[in-house]
Amino acid sequence: MAENITYVRDQFIPAAQPPVSDSTIVGWMRKNLFATWTDSAMTIAALVALLYFLPGAIDWLFLSAVWTGENRTACLTVDQGGALPSGWSGACWAYVGDRFVQFMFGSYPRDQLWRPLLIGGLFVALLVPLLMPRAPRKGLNAILLLVALPILAYVLLLGGHFGLSHVETTLWGGLMVTLILSFVGIVISLPAGILLALGRRSQMPIVRTACISFIELIRGVPLITVLFMASVLLPLFLEPGNNIDKFLRALIGVSVFASAYMAEVIRGGLQAIPKGQYEAADALGLNYFHKMTFVVLPQAIKLVIPGIVNTFIGMFKDTSLVTIISMYDLLGIVKASFGDSGWITPVTPLTGLIFAGFTFWIFCFGMSRYSAFVERRLDKSHKR
Amino acid sequence: MAIAQARTGDGEPPKVSLLYNPALRSYVYQILTLVLIVWVVWYAWHNATQNLARANMTSGFGFLNSRAGFDIAQSLIAYTSDSTYFRALQVGLLNTLVVAACSIVTATIVGLLVGIGRLSHNWLVARLCTVYVEIFRNIPPLLVIFFWYLGVLALLPTIRTIFQHVKDNPGAIFFISNRGIYMPAPIFGDGFGLVVAAFVAGVLAAIAFTVWANARQRATGNRPPVLMVNLALILLLPFVVFLLMGMPLSFDYPVPGSFNMKGGMVIGPEFLALYLALSLYSASFIAEIVRAGIRGVPGGQTEASYALGLRPGPTTRLVILPQALRIIIPPLTSQYLNIIKNSSLAVAVGYADLVAVGGTILNQSGHSIEIIAIWMAIYLSISLLTSLFMNWFNAKMALVER
Amino acid sequence: MAKKIVTALVGAAVLGMGAQAAQADTLSDVKAKGFVQCGVNGSNLAGFGAQDSAGNWSGLDVDLCKAVAAAIFGDATKVKYTPLSAKDRFPALQSGEIDMLARNTTWSTSRDSQLGFDFRAVTYYDGQGFMVKKELGVKSALELSGASVCVQSGTTTELNLADYFRSNNMDFKPVVFESQDEADAAYNAGRCDAYTTDASGLYSIRLKMANPDDHMVLPEIISKEPLGAAVRQNDSKWLDVVSWSHYALVAAEEFGITQANVEEMKKSANPDIKRFLGEEADSTLGADLGLPKDWAVQIIKAVGNYGESFERNVGQASPLKIDRGLNALWNKGGLQYAPPIR
Repeated sequence: MAENITYVRDQFIPAAQPPVSDSTIVGWMRKNLFATWTDSAMTIAALVALLYFLPGAIDWLFLSAVWTGENRTACLTVDQGGALPSGWSGACWAYVGDRFVQFMFGSYPRDQLWRPLLIGGLFVALLVPLLMPRAPRKGLNAILLLVALPILAYVLLLGGHFGLSHVETTLWGGLMVTLILSFVGIVISLPAGILLALGRRSQMPIVRTACISFIELIRGVPLITVLFMASVLLPLFLEPGNNIDKFLRALIGVSVFASAYMAEVIRGGLQAIPKGQYEAADALGLNYFHKMTFVVLPQAIKLVIPGIVNTFIGMFKDTSLVTIISMYDLLGIVKASFGDSGWITPVTPLTGLIFAGFTFWIFCFGMSRYSAFVERRLDKSHKR
Repeated sequence: MAIAQARTGDGEPPKVSLLYNPALRSYVYQILTLVLIVWVVWYAWHNATQNLARANMTSGFGFLNSRAGFDIAQSLIAYTSDSTYFRALQVGLLNTLVVAACSIVTATIVGLLVGIGRLSHNWLVARLCTVYVEIFRNIPPLLVIFFWYLGVLALLPTIRTIFQHVKDNPGAIFFISNRGIYMPAPIFGDGFGLVVAAFVAGVLAAIAFTVWANARQRATGNRPPVLMVNLALILLLPFVVFLLMGMPLSFDYPVPGSFNMKGGMVIGPEFLALYLALSLYSASFIAEIVRAGIRGVPGGQTEASYALGLRPGPTTRLVILPQALRIIIPPLTSQYLNIIKNSSLAVAVGYADLVAVGGTILNQSGHSIEIIAIWMAIYLSISLLTSLFMNWFNAKMALVER
Repeated sequence: MAKKIVTALVGAAVLGMGAQAAQADTLSDVKAKGFVQCGVNGSNLAGFGAQDSAGNWSGLDVDLCKAVAAAIFGDATKVKYTPLSAKDRFPALQSGEIDMLARNTTWSTSRDSQLGFDFRAVTYYDGQGFMVKKELGVKSALELSGASVCVQSGTTTELNLADYFRSNNMDFKPVVFESQDEADAAYNAGRCDAYTTDASGLYSIRLKMANPDDHMVLPEIISKEPLGAAVRQNDSKWLDVVSWSHYALVAAEEFGITQANVEEMKKSANPDIKRFLGEEADSTLGADLGLPKDWAVQIIKAVGNYGESFERNVGQASPLKIDRGLNALWNKGGLQYAPPIR
C-alpha cells in the first residue's frame, strides 16, 4: 500500500549550503535579482528593455527637447521648414511654455487672472491644514473650504457684482475648469452620496427602491451618456426658454455621476458597522437623525476614507470627459491647441499630451499617496 | 411605579401623538418621496412634450426604420448608407462589444502578469510593475487614448512611405502605417468547415481526457501526460484534417491601390488606439486587484501546501488561486464593467461604437431623447448581464469552500 | 387622515405646476429679457463664428446676431452667444435655450419640417467641396475613388459624401470625427487623403494649416449648402425679424448704403431709401415688424451692409479671401436678393 504513494518523499534532499550573506551588494543582487535561472532571465530582459527605452525617453523629453522659441519653426526640422537637423525628434516644451497661461486658465481675461489665482491660493491655504491630522479647528476649516470657498469662488470667478467685470463661463478653461468641476463634484457628491446610501439601507420600500434604481441606473451607464443627457436633454426637460449655463450642466452631470459611486462606497462603510452600534443607539433613545449623525456615520465614513479618496481620484480623471461635450478642461484645451497653426508640428501632440498627463498624474498620485497615508494612520488607531 | 401602571394599566399602549408614530411617519416620508419623484418625472415629461411640440417634433422610435444615409468605416456586418438607422445601431453595438471583449482579454492577461510581477521576489521586475501601475492608474483613460491616437499611431509611416516600401520589397505582406495595420486576409475554401469541426472535436476530446486524467490521478496518484495528449488533440487533429482536405485556405494580400492599400485585412488606428488604451489602462487596475487577491490568502496556506509535499506549481494552481479568486472576482467584475463603459470613449477618436453611431443618428434625425434612452438601456442591460454572469461565476467559485 | 394629506399634497403640486403658455412669441420674450441668445459655432470657424482671445465674437453668422440685436434694441452688444457643436445645436434651439441658430447650418427640407425649424434668409450660399494635399496630384473629386475622406459626423456633409461617391460608383473610406478640430488634426497627420466640408469651411480650415499652400480645394462642388439662420417653427413674428434683419443688410448694399454714409443717406431723395431707413413721415415698416422705426439704420450702423460684412469676415479684407461668387448681389451675378422693402 505505502509503496504506491508516489507523492510521499522517501529520500531526503541533501543539506543546502549556508546562505550567502545579504549584507553585501553581490549578496543582495543574488537574492533579489538572480535567485533562480528564471529570475536571472527576467532581470536581464527587464534591464535590456530599460536600456532600450530609458535613454531614448530621456533624450526625447530633455536632452533633445526644445525649450525656447516663439512659434512652430523652433520645433521643426530642416525638411519641415525649421532649423533643426533632419531626423530630429524631441519634446517641444517651448510650445507648452507659450501656451501655459491658456492651459491653466483657458481664455479667462488676462487682466483678471488675479481672481482665479486668489481662489487657487485660498484653496491651497484651506486644504493643507485640513489634510494635516495635527492642525486644529477641523470643523471651521471644513466649513470654510466646503461652503464658504465655493460661494466666494462663484462670486469672484463669474463676476458681475461688486464692480467686478462679468466673465462668462465660455471663457473659462484649462486646469481651472478641471479643478472646479472636480471640487464641486466632490462637495456635492459627498452629502448626496450619504443620503443615497442611507436611502438604500432604509426600511421604507419606496425610498429604498428609488435609491437603488437611481444608483444602479447611473452606475450602469457610461459617464459620457450622463454628460450627453445633462448637456443635450436637460434643457429639453426644463421649462421652455430656460437657459442653463453649459458649465452648470456639466457640473450637474459630473455630480450626479459621482453621487451614485459615492453612495456605494459609503454603503460599504455602513455595512461594516456592527449591528450592536445601531442597537446601542436605539437603546439610548436616539432618533434616526441623531443615531446616524452621532453614532453610525462618523464611524462608517472613517472606515471608507480610502474608498472616498479613490472615488475623488476617479472623478478627477473623469472630468476630462467634458472634452467630448466640447468644453475646454485641461485635456480639451491642450487638444484644441494642436490645431493652432502657430504650433503645428509633428511633436506638438505628444508634447502636449505628456504635459497634460503629467499634470493629471501629479494630482491623482498625490491623492492616492494621501489616501494610503490615512489608511495607515487609521490602521494604527484601530490597533491601539 | 407609574411606568408599571402605565404598562399594565388598561391594556392599551400609551397614547402618543400621531406625529411621533413611527409607522405613520414612515408612510408620510415614503409618500413625500413618491410625490417628489412623480412630480419630477411629470415636470420633465411635461416640459419635454411642450418643447418638442413647440418645435413640431414627433417622438417615438419609428425613425429607426428610416434610411441612415451615412457610411460607417468599421463594420462587421453588411452595412451601406442605404441601411436603416436601426442597422447602424447594430453595427455600433457590435463594434462596442468587439473592442470591449478584446480589451477585457488583453487587460486580464497583462493585469495578471503585472499583478504577480509586483509580488515577485525579483526586485527589478517588482519595481517596473509598480511604476507601470502607478503611471497608468493616475492618468485619465481619455488621455491614454489620445496618447496612442495622436501621439503614437499618427507618427507611424504614412501610406506613401508604405507604397515606396512595397516598391522596394515586393514580397512584403504585412504593413504598419498611420492608417492601420495591413495584413493578409484568409479566404476559406470548401471543406474548411471540417477543419473547424475537427478543432471543436479536438477541444472537446481534450476536456474529456483532462477530466479522465484528473480522476485517474486521484485514484492512483499517477498523472497521465495531459499536456502532450491535449496538444496533439487540439492542434494535430485539425492540422491532419486540413492536410487531408487539400489545404482549403488561401490569403488575400494587401497591395497598393490609388490611395490606400487594396485587399487584405486592416485594423484601423481608431480601433488600435482604443484597444491599447483600454487594455493598458484597465490592466493597471486589474494588477492591483490580483495583487490584493493573492496577498489576501494567508501565507500559512502556502506553507501548509508545501508541508503536504505539493510543488510550487500545484500549490499556486490548487491552493492559492482558488482562494485568491474569491477575493478577486467581485472587484474584477466591476473592472470589466468599467472597460465596457469606457469603450464609449471611442467617440473621441471616431471609432464607430454605439455612442459614436448613436451621436451621428441623434444629429441627423434630431431624436435626442430616444437615442439617449437607447444608449442607457443597452449599457444598462450589458452591465446587468455581466453582473449576473459574474455573480453566477462567483457563486460557483464560492462552492469550492466545503 | 394621512391619505387626505397626501391627496392635498399631490393636488397642490399638480396645481403648482400650472399650465404654461403654449403660444410661442420669441420676439416678446427677447424684448422682455433684453438680449438675443444666439447659437454660434463653438469650434472657432474663422469667418463665420469665432472668438478671439479676448472673448469677442466675429464672423458672418455673428454679424447676423448683432444685426438682430441692433434692430430690436438699437444696440448690437445685446447678444449673448452660446457656442454650439454640431451635436448640440438642434436640441439647443428646440429647448428654447437659444433664440436663434446662426451656426453655418444648412437649410434642408427635413430640418425645416421634421426637426421643426424655420429657415428663410440665406446668409451664405455654400456648397460642399474637397480639399487634398497638392502632392497627391489629384485634380478632380472624381479621381478620389478608394480614398480615405475625413468628415465631421452628424452633418449634411456626411450624407452628401456618401451619396456623391455612390452615385459616381466610387468607393471611399469615411474617417468620421466628432469635432472639426479632430478632423483637422487627422487630416494634418495624413490619416486621410481628402477633407470634405462646406467650401467656405475648407478655406477657413486651410488657413489654419501649417502650410496653406500645400493644400488645394478641388473644383467640384458636390452639393447645395444654403447656410441660414434657423428659428423654431410657428413663430412667424420672430422669423420675420431674423429674416428681415438679413434682408436689410442685402438691401443696404443694393441701395449703396454703408456704415460710413448711413447718416447722409437718410437725407436721400430716393423714396425707397427713405422708406427703408424709416425717414418717411408715416412709415409703419418698423412697427409692423415689431421693431423701432430706425431699425435698418441701427443694423447698418452696427455691422455695415451685407457686402461690408462679407468682405470683413470672409472676403478680400479677411485672411480667407473668398470671392463673392454665388453670394454677390442678384444684379451682379449672384443669388443674394432682398425682397422689396415697402
